[in-house]
Amino acid sequence: MALTRLLGPQRRHLWFWVFTGPFVAGLAVFVYVPLLWSVGLSFFDAQNTVTPTRFVGLGNYATVLADPAFRSSLATFAVFAVVIVPATFGLSLGLALLVHAAGPGRAFFRSVFFLPAACSYVAAGLIWKTAIFNGVRFGLANTVLRLFGRNPVAWLSTAHPAWYWLPIGTARLWLQSGFYMLLFLAGLSRIPSVLYEAAALDGAQLGWQRFRHITWPQLRRTSVAVVLLLAVNAFQAFDEFFTLLSTTRGYPPYARPPLVYLYYVALGQGQNLGVGSAGAVVLALVILVFTAGQARRLRLGRAR
Amino acid sequence: MNGRRTRALGPGRALRTARLATLATLAALFAIPFYLLVRNGLATDADITSPGWTPLPPTPRWDNLAELFDDPATPMAQGLWNSARVAVLTTAGTLLLASMAGYGLARIRYPHADRVLYAVLASLLIPASVTFVPGFVLVSSLGWVSTLPGLIVPTLFSAFAAFVFRQYFLGFPAELEDAARIDGLGPWRTFWLVVVPNSRPVFASVATIVFTGSWNAFLWPLVIGQDQNSWTVQVVLSTFATAQTLNLHELFIAAAVSIVPLVAVFVVLQRHIVAGAQLSSGDG
Repeated sequence: MALTRLLGPQRRHLWFWVFTGPFVAGLAVFVYVPLLWSVGLSFFDAQNTVTPTRFVGLGNYATVLADPAFRSSLATFAVFAVVIVPATFGLSLGLALLVHAAGPGRAFFRSVFFLPAACSYVAAGLIWKTAIFNGVRFGLANTVLRLFGRNPVAWLSTAHPAWYWLPIGTARLWLQSGFYMLLFLAGLSRIPSVLYEAAALDGAQLGWQRFRHITWPQLRRTSVAVVLLLAVNAFQAFDEFFTLLSTTRGYPPYARPPLVYLYYVALGQGQNLGVGSAGAVVLALVILVFTAGQARRLRLGRAR
Repeated sequence: MNGRRTRALGPGRALRTARLATLATLAALFAIPFYLLVRNGLATDADITSPGWTPLPPTPRWDNLAELFDDPATPMAQGLWNSARVAVLTTAGTLLLASMAGYGLARIRYPHADRVLYAVLASLLIPASVTFVPGFVLVSSLGWVSTLPGLIVPTLFSAFAAFVFRQYFLGFPAELEDAARIDGLGPWRTFWLVVVPNSRPVFASVATIVFTGSWNAFLWPLVIGQDQNSWTVQVVLSTFATAQTLNLHELFIAAAVSIVPLVAVFVVLQRHIVAGAQLSSGDG
């Protein structure tokens, strides 16, 4: 830091703001101002307007919290997270362990599993909806069912039974597992081989023992990061739900995660920005508490 | 399973074979969607829905591509052009703003630098997609709905990218800066002539992450792109999901076309993407 020490304090401050000023100003205008504006809107009757005049206090919050659709969107997220977080965690860790041990084929398999990350959720949703989980006979899933003498299933168009979770879950699993596999591969490559050699001397020969006593504890930091990222990403799910489930007649009343709910409240027919903003504030608080809670729980786990 | 045979092969060899078989099976499963995309994209609707399914389309129809771009109902060319502009400008803008901010935060002594850093990081606590309602409120009051600035500008201020650059510049060798100083360069020219050219890998990694995210983004372009002329390729694609008449072969060739640019990026820049993936988990 000799360079900056030699400059006078006055010019150092100037240079600091020359470098960080544009970013900080943009962040303030395009992130913090809309946030505060939205908090403001959430206390007003703001249908089809961003400069409302009628103050309604906590009315919008009461509307949102009393809305069964809002509560069911949180339930939809909870089900989705409970399925997709462990499934992706398990598959990406499994892939990483397999690829890590694959020897010369390692780079090839890594690319194959990672390539789906180049695909958008919209494109994946379309493939899933029309080629794989098509409700009629020619879809891949129903073709496979037919091979086993089963009747075709309407994967996406019925709420009971909730078959739609299969296309939704597998699309995300396909698309994101490769990315998390990369994170686990990086974690695996950081484990010092000395540890495995020492374990071999101690007689821990079996793959499972080595995994249980060395690999798993050494991957702890990566695992925590992966769980957090998976959960936060699940909370933000929108694209594949929207692509898979919306039809010519609109979006069905079931399988609406929080962002889909918010989208239809704030930007749908009513353009109710007041209620939409209140919903956004509640969801922001939920994710804040959730992230903090997760981080704490996982850190406590380490202390134990 | 069969203990004797396993022993005859040697446990290491049997394990390797099983591992390779599992990997090959999983790789084939992972490739199915790409295969379906190409297979159906080059078929006719009749071939796609035919009960007598063939692994390859009976006669590959390259005309599907021309048909897609000629169809007035799907503004595919405009969508690709919009996505290209949005992704390139978003990437360039993010790199410029975030690298400068990261450098200032990491290398220029300023008494309140920590407070500025916390203000930047606080924005990470709430994911951007949850704030699309407030974002829309701002953009519409600026009159930016359905415009390029509306699609790009609000996404430029990535605290994640600024933080990645800061962490990287913290470890930048001070000797190089000292040498620049002795050569009479001020902070501005030091940054552009010495620091940036010596930091290409981190720029490449952040660029691939931002470009991929921007090209594949859907919610924000859907909210802002109210007018058909401002649709990105993802919004154009999504209209297939709700179209009155399902045009299957166009749907698949459109999805394939939308993926090609990123697959190319992934294949060419594989190394930087792997590094970028690690950066984006805060794990690099």
